[in-house]
Amino acid sequence: MVDSATDSITVSVWRGVAGSGDFQDYQVPQQPSQTILDVITWIQRHLDASLSYRFACRVGMCGSCAMMVNGIPRWTCRTHVNKVMQERHLTVEPLRNLPVIKDLACDMSEFFEKWRQAEGHFQGRRSRDETVAAISPKSSQRQAANAAIECINCAICYASCDVVAWNRDYLGPAALNRAWSLQNDQRDRAQDERLKVVAGDAGCHQCHSQQGCSTYCPNELNPTASIAGLKRMSAHWFMNKKYRQRHG
Amino acid sequence: MVELRLYMAQRATAAIMAPLVLLHLGVMIYAIQGGLSADEILERTRGSLFWGGTYGLFVIAVSVHATIGLRNILREWFRLRGPVLAVLCWLCGAGLLIAGLRAVVAVVGAP
Repeated sequence: MVDSATDSITVSVWRGVAGSGDFQDYQVPQQPSQTILDVITWIQRHLDASLSYRFACRVGMCGSCAMMVNGIPRWTCRTHVNKVMQERHLTVEPLRNLPVIKDLACDMSEFFEKWRQAEGHFQGRRSRDETVAAISPKSSQRQAANAAIECINCAICYASCDVVAWNRDYLGPAALNRAWSLQNDQRDRAQDERLKVVAGDAGCHQCHSQQGCSTYCPNELNPTASIAGLKRMSAHWFMNKKYRQRHG
Repeated sequence: MVELRLYMAQRATAAIMAPLVLLHLGVMIYAIQGGLSADEILERTRGSLFWGGTYGLFVIAVSVHATIGLRNILREWFRLRGPVLAVLCWLCGAGLLIAGLRAVVAVVGAP
């Protein structure tokens, strides 16, 4: 602990398990270039070893350490204290819209399950015996796929989305962003099946384009634009003659 | 696919309403330049198939469009589902349609 009040930060950390818990205040010494993850780690190592939280790479690659910081979802390993601290105070909570396991660790199962539901895995057209598909990096489809591809599965977009909060079935921005990337991958063969899922009742048409996902994505992706793309794609599909014939 | 159908219906009705709103505003601004009174306007609209059709189409589009929007609010903010949601939405749609068509009749019908 640090004696001088000017050198310490008051950190209110949410402690508890699913359904019950409260904020607990800790005094943490401020350091140069200190991140929120550094602060949480310091609390666990020096003040309370029972504090639970999740992290892995510490360099913004793995997407494990996202938490609510002063009410905003952030990747804590790349968020500097001096950029988000308000009057020497920080509030750290588990991610919104996901069930809490304990303290700052939430259960990501539904988030990943929705990736699966949205057919978020690549299904190649060609076997290993065939030649590699030639895809022009300049093609508009490849550029659309590239724009959506750097997701690290941190669930910050999922936590920022009001539609997820209102409708628990909604697939969410990350799964739909992934689906958009694959819908533009010319090597993928599951685009018809995927489009049926993402145009379904829990899919892209639930989005109100509030853009919380795009505002807070730490990798500066634009899931709102991806979802808008899926809306356009499914609208074309809806008006397609084959669809009308099949569904009357 | 209910949500996709509703999404398409809401966009289609928006596409119908947008030009009709512009037509309504444009004619309204043009018509009052010479100081037309309400009675004089009604004289011109009564018995008009064109204005009856225009405003009738607008009312139908509004009833569909607004009801779908209200349905989203009822689902998301009040967590309504199933028959309760359906009955409320049909009532709202029917109410808008009846109120709107009454207004159309008042504009184009006989005094």
